[in-house]
Amino acid sequence: MADFVFMFRGGDPISSAEARANWPKWTAWFKRLADEGHVKSLGNPLEPAGKLVRGKGKAVTDGPFAEAKDVVNGFITVTARNLEEAAEIAKGCPSLERDGAVEVRPVMQPVLPM
Amino acid sequence: MATDPEAIVERVVRRESGRMTSALTRLFGLHNLPLVEDVVNDALCRALEVWKYRGVPENPSAWLMAAAKNRAVDALRRERTARRLEPELEAQLSSEWTLVPTVEEVFGDEALRDEQLRMMFACCHARLPEEAQVALMLHLLGGFGVRELAAAFLVSEAAMEKRLQRGKAVLAASGRLPEVTAERVAEGIGAVHGALYLLFNEGYHGSHAEETVRAELCAEAIHLATLLAESPSTASPGTHALLALMCLTAARLPGRVAGGELVSLAAQDRSTWDRELVRRGVAALEASASGDRLTALHVEAAIAWEHTSAPSHEATDFARIAELYDVLVRLRPSPVVALSRAIAIGEAEGPERALEEMARIEGLERLGEYPFYAAALAEQHLRAGRRAEAREGFRRALSLARNPAEARFLEGRLAACA
Repeated sequence: MADFVFMFRGGDPISSAEARANWPKWTAWFKRLADEGHVKSLGNPLEPAGKLVRGKGKAVTDGPFAEAKDVVNGFITVTARNLEEAAEIAKGCPSLERDGAVEVRPVMQPVLPM
Repeated sequence: MATDPEAIVERVVRRESGRMTSALTRLFGLHNLPLVEDVVNDALCRALEVWKYRGVPENPSAWLMAAAKNRAVDALRRERTARRLEPELEAQLSSEWTLVPTVEEVFGDEALRDEQLRMMFACCHARLPEEAQVALMLHLLGGFGVRELAAAFLVSEAAMEKRLQRGKAVLAASGRLPEVTAERVAEGIGAVHGALYLLFNEGYHGSHAEETVRAELCAEAIHLATLLAESPSTASPGTHALLALMCLTAARLPGRVAGGELVSLAAQDRSTWDRELVRRGVAALEASASGDRLTALHVEAAIAWEHTSAPSHEATDFARIAELYDVLVRLRPSPVVALSRAIAIGEAEGPERALEEMARIEGLERLGEYPFYAAALAEQHLRAGRRAEAREGFRRALSLARNPAEARFLEGRLAACA
């Protein structure tokens, strides 16, 4: 078993009123994942706006920082056998129906130097 | 029942504080009861403050529950990293994906019912003495404050505070709010029935408190028994019998006191009896008849029905009541039950038979300090025309009276012997 972070991109911003009405779908999906033993940590939803601190100059700019369809709206950490299974699991995400995307990334497991 | 705004608010606040406490305990866990009580108080204070200026809202219950949910979400965000919460919900409460939906779910109607049942079973913990179980139930589920409880059980506020603190410590150590499974019901329903029975009796026969507090104790006992009767997991024939007994007995409360004075059953104005409670009692009595076990509660409910359904004292079927007491004495022997049996036999067969039976009561010495034993003796002598003996009996009873209402009642009986 390994851990994978799901980053939910695009679809509707989660804080919008319409997306709020959609919330029970998210809750139901998370419940199903938890019942199947796939939840490592539930993570959190994210506000679309924020600040970006960049580079040596540490310049601070106001977000959002990407096209609306690429903005990360939240994340969770899932447990699965492998990347293929993790991607299968991601297909249940409610944001896909609203043209969102789920980025599935294995948690890196650095090896100790020999 | 009172209808002025203040009384309505008080009733709503009391009822909702029990529901809020149960729901919040489900979220925070029994070990965080002090935090739960803080959140409840917070919601109540906020409500009363807002209502003072803007008036009581149309649906004060819904308003209070919404306030409690908001306070709960605030408190969970503040405390979830620093405290252990209810283990089963900890993961859901730790994430903003699920925090608000979980709180909503815990405050849903079905869930609230379940949580109150869980709390009832938690309060009847085997390691707690019955008096502590009853105090905790009234405090946590009935919204009774320390001062009211102290007045109801005639102990100092400090003593009641201590009783509650010890009780809460046992609850905190007992782990999570118990799930009311079939197994748990089989094991614990007897204790829950026992505590509710005690609570009701404290209200109905209680020697301590003022009449108003006692009516509230009866109402709370009926409310909690109704919760048990409405939930499939706890709606056993015994539960229905307990509810029937309570309703059929409490129906007579309005006639039991007139102008601040106790009125004996024989002299009560039966038109004052609460028909709605009679109706509920009869329905519960019918529901109680489904099992194959006859419990003491069934017999007591049947006795209450005989009294409450009779059109007058004279038309009461005392022979039937005496038979029922025969059964009750076997199922749950006690000197007080035996005394009631003797009195019923006296009503059916005359005062000399009552005196005979009273002299034969097993454990008679335990009735020595019970004013209504002396009074019952006196009543029989009075009926037999022996006024001197009757006077002496009522004087003895008067010397044992436990509160002013009892004393005034017995003075009245004494005066009737002149």
